Amino acid sequence: MTEIAEPMQAAAPVSASFHTGNAAMKRLRSRYAAERRFKIYGILAISFACIMLVILLFTLLKGGVSAFWQTEMRLEVTLDAAIIDPQGTGNPADWDRGALQTLANNAIYKEFPEVEGRVEKRDLRGLISPVAGVFISKILDKDPSLVGQTVQVWIPTSDGVNQILKGGIDRTLPEAQRPISDKQLAWVDKMEASGHLKTAFNSTFFTSSDSNYPELAGLFGAAIGTLLTMSVTLLVSLPVGVAAAVYLEEFAPKNKLTDLIEVNINNLAAVPSIVFGLLGLAVFLNFFGMPRSAPLVGGLVLGLLVMPTIIIASRAALKGVPPSIREAALGMGASRLQAITHHVLPLAMPGIMTGTIIGMAHAVGETAPLLMIGMNAFVTQAPTSLFDSSSVLPVQIFIWADKPERGFVELTSAAILVLLAFLITMNGAAIWLRKKFERRW
Amino acid sequence: MSATFTVGLLLLLSLVGYVMGRSRAVTVAGGSIATLHSVPNYYGSYVALWAGLPALVLMLFWMALRGPVMDWLVLDGLSQQQIQGWAQVMLPPNDLQNLLSNIADETAALTETHRQLLLINIKNLAGGQALYVNPAVVESIQPAADHLRNLRNLSDWTLFGAVAAISGGALAFCWARISPTFRARNNVERVVTWLLILCSTIAVFTTIGIVLSLLFESIRFFTKVPLTEFLFGLHWSPQTAIRADQVGSSGSFGAIPLFTGTLLIAFIAMVVAAPVGLMSAIYLSEYAPRRVRSLVKPVLEILAGVPTVVYGFFAILTVAPFIRDLGAVFGIPISSQSALAAGVVMGVMIVPFVSSLADDVINAVPQSLRDGSLGLGATKSETIKQVVIPAALPGIVGALLLAVSRAIGETMIVVMAAGLQAYLTLNPLESVTTVTVQIKSILVGDQEFDSAKTLSVFALGLMLFIVTLVLNVVALRIVQKYREKYD
Repeated sequence: MTEIAEPMQAAAPVSASFHTGNAAMKRLRSRYAAERRFKIYGILAISFACIMLVILLFTLLKGGVSAFWQTEMRLEVTLDAAIIDPQGTGNPADWDRGALQTLANNAIYKEFPEVEGRVEKRDLRGLISPVAGVFISKILDKDPSLVGQTVQVWIPTSDGVNQILKGGIDRTLPEAQRPISDKQLAWVDKMEASGHLKTAFNSTFFTSSDSNYPELAGLFGAAIGTLLTMSVTLLVSLPVGVAAAVYLEEFAPKNKLTDLIEVNINNLAAVPSIVFGLLGLAVFLNFFGMPRSAPLVGGLVLGLLVMPTIIIASRAALKGVPPSIREAALGMGASRLQAITHHVLPLAMPGIMTGTIIGMAHAVGETAPLLMIGMNAFVTQAPTSLFDSSSVLPVQIFIWADKPERGFVELTSAAILVLLAFLITMNGAAIWLRKKFERRW
Repeated sequence: MSATFTVGLLLLLSLVGYVMGRSRAVTVAGGSIATLHSVPNYYGSYVALWAGLPALVLMLFWMALRGPVMDWLVLDGLSQQQIQGWAQVMLPPNDLQNLLSNIADETAALTETHRQLLLINIKNLAGGQALYVNPAVVESIQPAADHLRNLRNLSDWTLFGAVAAISGGALAFCWARISPTFRARNNVERVVTWLLILCSTIAVFTTIGIVLSLLFESIRFFTKVPLTEFLFGLHWSPQTAIRADQVGSSGSFGAIPLFTGTLLIAFIAMVVAAPVGLMSAIYLSEYAPRRVRSLVKPVLEILAGVPTVVYGFFAILTVAPFIRDLGAVFGIPISSQSALAAGVVMGVMIVPFVSSLADDVINAVPQSLRDGSLGLGATKSETIKQVVIPAALPGIVGALLLAVSRAIGETMIVVMAAGLQAYLTLNPLESVTTVTVQIKSILVGDQEFDSAKTLSVFALGLMLFIVTLVLNVVALRIVQKYREKYD
């Protein structure tokens, strides 16, 4: 590329010439100024994109990292056998698990014996999670022999207390704008001073599924849903996509029909994803009567969605293998199919894999078509088969983003962080593959 | 007996076929493999393919058709009294009156919605989810549920038997055909080639499926709502009355407010994305030193890889409040669901798309054009503005058209950040709704399948498909033509 001459700084001899006169110098200066301005526009454009990404990541990190921690309160819970096991059978199936919440509430009343009256007590038990019973239930499942004893248990605090302690909500706000009252705040401070409060890693977030209570909501169900859905997507789109690419690139005669197929694939790649959702709704659900919200249907829809991407990438990879490879194989007496399966495809594999990973990364983040086929169902358990109702990560994010509690805002950001980490790993793998196996012929 | 079991059987038989075919080939060769026409593996593949494929095709057809067929059989088996018994509990009085007046036709008296409801009840009961069924109707539909359960069992067993018979028969037949002169490789390759052809037509079938399903339901919609009202009506409020006397839900389907809303947001997005995307592409390909480029490219790739639901969350959490507060500073009231917020975030989403497409077209402009211009004394920016961009213009226009098509079809950002109410306005500070938002909000939640409200979704989808298709076809044409020009 030609370098541009530096502006002529040295005083040019004054002459009346069109090219060297003062007017010419002025013209030249304004041209260079335009050049600088243009360059600055470019830098501004790039900075805009970078700043947006930084703001996006910063907001998510600021809002989301705290969700990986949960404040817990140490309480002495009396696991009264008469309440837990009213029938006295000793069989965990007969336990009254609804009563466990009462035990947790009793434990916190015991910490503050001076608190009396219904309203006061309600405020007091508002400090701990309204689903604390579930956590006690889990502890009992692990060790049923605890029934009848008094044990020290770390119980998650309620969403309001959790947010105040982690700094998600400013405690200096006026009382009316805070989820917990001044009185509750005083109790919390007292508990904190006596070492009854700690902030622990929020393992629930990774082991449980959706819930109406932020302290009980987790990503596990959605992650399993994503895993099942993506397996179907991969099983549908990869073999079919590669086969289509092989046919179009290696066998297809150049005629109207193959032209049509090609135009079709290019257009399909640009059809809005929500239209694929409508296709899934009309064909898979209404016509074939497949179950709503199932990973099977989600996987099929996403499979059709990413197939064009995989076909286009695979064709590019196949095109990149030089004809001499094919000719050598054919010359040795291989059939065309043998030349392709034994020689061309293995050489094109890195390219195909890169395209597939990028396509799958796209599918992992896809939300709109899945909403159309009902994958936004409220599912509190991880799916166990392809036909179960299930959610997926991006849809879970969408559901949580709609919920008003402060705890869910935090969870949404955290879920996005998990999803992004996943996507960046996938894309990183694609880039690594491309770098490692890239071959110049 | 589940489908998984049948699939397992099929896989097993194929595997057995492969092993048997291969060993038979070795046996008939009598010690000298060279007398065989093909390598033994091909004989194995031959048997495996034929043992697997026909039965698989049968199975897919069976699975696809058994749902509708069984629904029909179950409903057909219901008696007049049973339908009446169910309807008396489940249907509102008006519908019940209608039903009873022509109950003599049995199930034909049911409307499509009621038929679906009845089927769902029966299926839940048959599937052991009696929990979801009104106990008062259990008695009426219990026979139908038992019938359905029997049919399901029967279907599963018949399928299992049929698959076993076809697969096993094919296996035996092919196994017997194996001889040293049998051209196994040619046979296998022919089948594989046909499979490849089949795979390459799936994309076409997908398009046909999209067009047909949208068209079919849209036509049903247009029998209820005239096409002209849909295309030119100025008022959109899809809430149709459930009862005739209900207030405030006339149901009007004028889609103009949706189209203007969609175009407004897409326009704002392009106002952001076009200059930023183009300028960054130009800077990256013409000015940026290698190091900057290797830093910025991944940033753009990450931006391109961020799922749209994340952008939507970003819009409601950060951008919309920021814009609202900014307006408040200047005393301008801005809706928290303003078109501006959704549009700006969508623009950020599209920036990497525009920039990577523009990067391609700018790089396709031959270096000789640049060198010529620079050689005549033009500065770099003059070269870009007066030589490179005019030469790349068709490609850039194509890229921008593709970006517009993306903006129009984008769903999650607008679903989360734009409004639901269809106001006819071009003011970016107010809340507007878009085609995709309406599709999502109508379909998610309760739906009955023959109401104009639900069907309107498919008409909207059809519009969306047609518009984006035209944009894409034109854009791809332009880009391709242009690429050929310099190749």
